[in-house]
Amino acid sequence: MSEQIHTGEMTAGQAHAAAHGEAEHSHAGAHAGGHMVGYGTYFMVWLGLVALTAVTVTIAGIQLGSLTLLTAMLIASVKTALVGYHFMHIKYDNKIIKVFILVCLVIFLTFWILTFSDLSFR
Amino acid sequence: MANGTLAKDVSYLEYEGKHKGLAGWLLSVDHKRIGLMYLMGIMIFFFVAMTLGVLMRLEMLSPGETIMKPATYNSVFTLHGVIMVFLFIIPAIPAVFGNFMLPIQIGAKDVAFPRLNLFSWYLYMIGAILAIVSLFTGGGAADTGWTFYVPYSIRSAQNVSMTTLAAFVLGFSSIVTGLNFVVTIHRLRAPGMTWFRMPLFVWGLYATSWIQVLATPVIGITLALIMLERFMGIGVFDPALGGDPILYQHLFWIYSHPAVYIMILPAMGVVSEILPTFARKDIFGYKQIAISSLGIALIGYLVWGHHMFVSGMSDTSRIVFSLLTFLVAIPTGVKIFNWVATLYKGSIKFSAPLYYVLGFIFIFSIGGLTGLVLGALATDIHVTDTYFVVAHFHYVMFGGMGIMFFATMHYWFPKLFGKMYNEKIAIIACTVIIVGFNVLYFPFFIMGYMGMPRRYYDYLPQFQGWHILSTIGSWILVSGIVFMFGNLLYALLKGPKAPMNPWGGTTLEWKVPSPPPLENFDEIPVVTGGPYVHDKQTYIMHPGKEGIKANGGTKTVNQEAAL
Repeated sequence: MSEQIHTGEMTAGQAHAAAHGEAEHSHAGAHAGGHMVGYGTYFMVWLGLVALTAVTVTIAGIQLGSLTLLTAMLIASVKTALVGYHFMHIKYDNKIIKVFILVCLVIFLTFWILTFSDLSFR
Repeated sequence: MANGTLAKDVSYLEYEGKHKGLAGWLLSVDHKRIGLMYLMGIMIFFFVAMTLGVLMRLEMLSPGETIMKPATYNSVFTLHGVIMVFLFIIPAIPAVFGNFMLPIQIGAKDVAFPRLNLFSWYLYMIGAILAIVSLFTGGGAADTGWTFYVPYSIRSAQNVSMTTLAAFVLGFSSIVTGLNFVVTIHRLRAPGMTWFRMPLFVWGLYATSWIQVLATPVIGITLALIMLERFMGIGVFDPALGGDPILYQHLFWIYSHPAVYIMILPAMGVVSEILPTFARKDIFGYKQIAISSLGIALIGYLVWGHHMFVSGMSDTSRIVFSLLTFLVAIPTGVKIFNWVATLYKGSIKFSAPLYYVLGFIFIFSIGGLTGLVLGALATDIHVTDTYFVVAHFHYVMFGGMGIMFFATMHYWFPKLFGKMYNEKIAIIACTVIIVGFNVLYFPFFIMGYMGMPRRYYDYLPQFQGWHILSTIGSWILVSGIVFMFGNLLYALLKGPKAPMNPWGGTTLEWKVPSPPPLENFDEIPVVTGGPYVHDKQTYIMHPGKEGIKANGGTKTVNQEAAL
């Protein structure tokens, strides 16, 4: 179960190499492992998160009616995006990872909209 | 290879590595051994849940008390549901046959994360043990039904907490397996195996795995919230604390409706494997079937509200969910028509797996069409929470996934164990099972339409005739199942040796020995065509020996094959 292999688009040469147990480094294997990000960026993102938290708390005290929940969710979404993009290094990840995350977000949003289509019209 | 035997010279059943005996199984990261360990666990729980089902039918033989008290009956139907759904139907085909066949069908030596694979089996067993322990501890077995609806599940004095914890742990097992399969399918396909050259079983597993990864966390969080409600009274669901019980139903069905597709999509994948093999013909509409799996998975996400039409949901939601529910019939219809078209003008060989598949198409069509009765708002109100619903989901779950599990057992049994079973007995058992199934569950449709409520311990005398008929059906069905497993067990012990390709299948698992060696292939094969081509070879099993250039070729395998 040692060496593991390839995608459907490999060349015959690669196939042969893989079949003989040589190390396989797929073209899609690039990742964010070695990427350096300065402290300045992290600090700015952190400041942004703190500021958005302050906005959330402030808005919670204002009577916005049915918009209260929507506003809170929008701010939380921006914060989640900041954390994911910078702290979790999605910014430097492969396109396929970004696509997967986007699919998950769209599905989550769909769950949310359909559930609230009940609550809002009940 | 401590004993000097090369892994490719012996089958995975005989191979002895670092660990021997029982440890050689319990610590094995070989996908085939893990698949068989799942099979062992799943079969045990299937028989337990089947026994509970038979006891329920015995209780319903006459009105009033027959063999058990009302409270026992509540626990028995809860456990029957929890064990069947979480321990048998959801994991059966993906965890057993997905684990065993997926890497072989895509030309890989194992799944992407073998250790994680073993870990998911342990999670499954821990969840199962918790479910069993919950029977005998903390005030008795849960009595909420497998849906754990609030507010009753919050207030019940029975051991609901441990049963939900069991389902929570089982959910993690499911997520880990799904993740493993998604990565395996993306990263470990053999050279030349493009997306549209993958066997349709792999497509079914791919769609299923995405549902497992994306939907299962929702049930995990929801069940955790029930525990928080029970222990801390946080008030998310309990209306007495300002919570919303309908929110629980939303969250529960956001997972549990897609879970129906976790159950059925791999089963549909196996149908698409068996039909071309026994019709001796390429499958009709390969791409349409492959994409319809994704279509079912996608639309299946959006229809959960049809379980809640009478729960007090808004009218707008009811209309939206009803419309979306009808849309699922489209990709499902695509599959059914393509399967039937595959048989048309085929050179059909009637073997046991094909009998099961034909039974599946018949039964699943009834299950699917009665789903439309439940998906339409007006008719749903008449039959909600009656035996009609119970009949519908048994036709879909047992008639769909259960019958296909039996079909899969018969189709891949020679590959799993290297033994052949008695086909005549297998066909007789199949006939008995399909007859028994219909005698057991068809009366449910009639009783439900007449107004017999589900989960009731007692009933009016006018239903007794149908209940007696149904109970007789359960005896026929169980006889068929025992007969079938007896035949397979006998084959396992004393059956003749199976050849490499007993059915004339065209996919990769039929190109390796029965049972396969530890690492499946001597050399990773090269794929040059579609999976169901009968009149020419679409795999190069030893590319090194057969002239595929060793080094530096700039042409892709696809181009090479076209030359």
